[in-house]
Amino acid sequence: MKEKIIVVTDKTGLHARPAAVLVRTICKYQSSVKIFKDDFKVDARSIIGIMTLAALHGSRLKFVADGPDENEVLTAIEELFNSNFNK
Amino acid sequence: MLNKKDIILKGVAASSGIAIGRVFLFEDDNYFCLISKEIPKNARAAEKEHLDDAIERTESELKVVYGKINDVPGENYTHIVDAHLLILHNPAMKANIYKLIDAGANAEYAVYKVMEQIIHSFEIIENDYFKERKADIQDVGKKILANLLGKQRKTPLSLNKDSIVVSHNLTLADTVTIREKSVKGFATDIGGKTSHMAIIAQGLALPAVVGLKTVSSQVRTGDIIIVDGNAGEVVLNPSFKTIVKYKKECAAQAEKIKELENLKNLPAQTIDNHKVLILANIDTPDEAASVLLNGASGIGLCRTEFMYYNRDSMPSEQEHFERYSSVVKAISPLETTIRTTDLGGDKLAKLGLLNEKKEKNPFLGLRAIRLCLKYADMFIAQLRGILKASAYGKIRLMYPMISGLDELREVNEILEKTKQDLRSKCVKFDEEMEVGVMIEVPSATVIIDDIAKEVDFVSIGTNDLIQYTLAVDRINEDVANLYNPLHPAILRFIKQIVDAGHRAGIDVGICGEMAGDARYTAILLGLGVDKFSVSPFQTPKIKRAIRSMYLADAKKTTDEILKCGDSESILKIINKH
Repeated sequence: MKEKIIVVTDKTGLHARPAAVLVRTICKYQSSVKIFKDDFKVDARSIIGIMTLAALHGSRLKFVADGPDENEVLTAIEELFNSNFNK
Repeated sequence: MLNKKDIILKGVAASSGIAIGRVFLFEDDNYFCLISKEIPKNARAAEKEHLDDAIERTESELKVVYGKINDVPGENYTHIVDAHLLILHNPAMKANIYKLIDAGANAEYAVYKVMEQIIHSFEIIENDYFKERKADIQDVGKKILANLLGKQRKTPLSLNKDSIVVSHNLTLADTVTIREKSVKGFATDIGGKTSHMAIIAQGLALPAVVGLKTVSSQVRTGDIIIVDGNAGEVVLNPSFKTIVKYKKECAAQAEKIKELENLKNLPAQTIDNHKVLILANIDTPDEAASVLLNGASGIGLCRTEFMYYNRDSMPSEQEHFERYSSVVKAISPLETTIRTTDLGGDKLAKLGLLNEKKEKNPFLGLRAIRLCLKYADMFIAQLRGILKASAYGKIRLMYPMISGLDELREVNEILEKTKQDLRSKCVKFDEEMEVGVMIEVPSATVIIDDIAKEVDFVSIGTNDLIQYTLAVDRINEDVANLYNPLHPAILRFIKQIVDAGHRAGIDVGICGEMAGDARYTAILLGLGVDKFSVSPFQTPKIKRAIRSMYLADAKKTTDEILKCGDSESILKIINKH
């Protein structure tokens, strides 16, 4: 099990578009991925879950991956945030 | 006619413009009529199949929308549909619906229940933007229900060009369907500035007002309605007087749009075929749209001071990148000239950089490039943001307030180091990015030949050049009358700058207020200026002026003017022509 903390830097937060891109990316990997924010925990393959997190600009998200490609999936997630979701 | 009395409803202006037309009431089917019934054990598997079918049909409907939405002008909306597809296939959602069916619920009731739970979790969100996203869930839920029940939303067959669509809410798919019918405008009960319909209406340049609360229950199909997308109002039951008033506004609006349209795609070219470029000055990224709307050939001055306003910390490299790349993408393939920070020292106290220090002479003090050289970290963050954005379109980088070569070289050295660092980290940027300076300090004008050899372009900032050359503070009313763009010294300076630029083979722009004032257009043209950078709304005016002139005439007049030693003679010559 591996984890990574990522801060949302997009002004509008993790809204529908980046959430869609995020889910599409994670679905390419086998590992399970959970997102923790404050007291909430959601499945990162669930776009509804991600949207209800209401992750605004500056939110700290903890991604926890578990599975054969846990390192790869976390790296891919981090790259997405760094590239601002290929915008 | 007698009993017509305006009923004005106030809402949120979602897309500008005015439309007068007849209501087409697009009724919201809401949650249909749902029945809850117990499904016997042996029929539950079939009930699940029924659900799977409905989801599959919904998916193919969404894919059709996905295909159609690709050619909506403006932004890329496909991601909205993609989000809907992901909602449809959200693993937990389907599992929960299955669970309810396993417990004996019928499919439509199970869908309704699960949707309700999800929507509730959105309703308790405090942030309005995220709260509004429950509409996406509702959209998808209704589609599944419609397919389960074999019901389809009425298609707006009887829509015509005169129709104004009124509805409780318009889904994305509705808006796309309606769009193919070319309607006049939209008015809805709910929704905000960021709802999908609002964004699409803006893309289509159709007036829209949302958040009117009750409009859909106050009108019937065929009623006359006025949608004022500028004021965020609709008028129901309008009186004759009101209709006439809005018709006039409509006509004026149409006239203006037509003229703009006509002018928009025409080059800024004199009658004797001399072409110049008219570019726009912008203060914030959201003005990029009006640059294109007014037919400017790019951005000649993208100010960056907005990055530092209304905040108490320094903007990060990422913030710089995001804002600049949004402009560049909107304007591409046209060019964007970004001017590095032109702040005065007073602005920085708030950002935690300086102690509150009153400068006796702020215009001669620590500002613009001087400030950037003193606080290199702040400057480098901006340069990195600009360089990274340059991978997304044509950026030209411009330094303000350069007073001499040493300063220019010092700044360029920082730029080179920043590039080196990005290269070593394999960060993409435009290696060919042009670098220029704003000419606004008299010393730079005197040595303009030397400067021109070391830059790719120059742009004359007339406001400061006049202020510094004539030693006049134009805000000081006792001397403001001395602030004179037609002072012979200013015109000769401009001539020197243009000639030196052309000798060095680079283009010379002008981006002060003089450029946007049609009284000076002929002189600037005659002086040989290549690029006029003006406020977006001034673009058509200056373009029109240039298109009515002969370069040969302008040159002759300018030659005459350059011989004058006093402003009065210059004025006389101008008035004569």
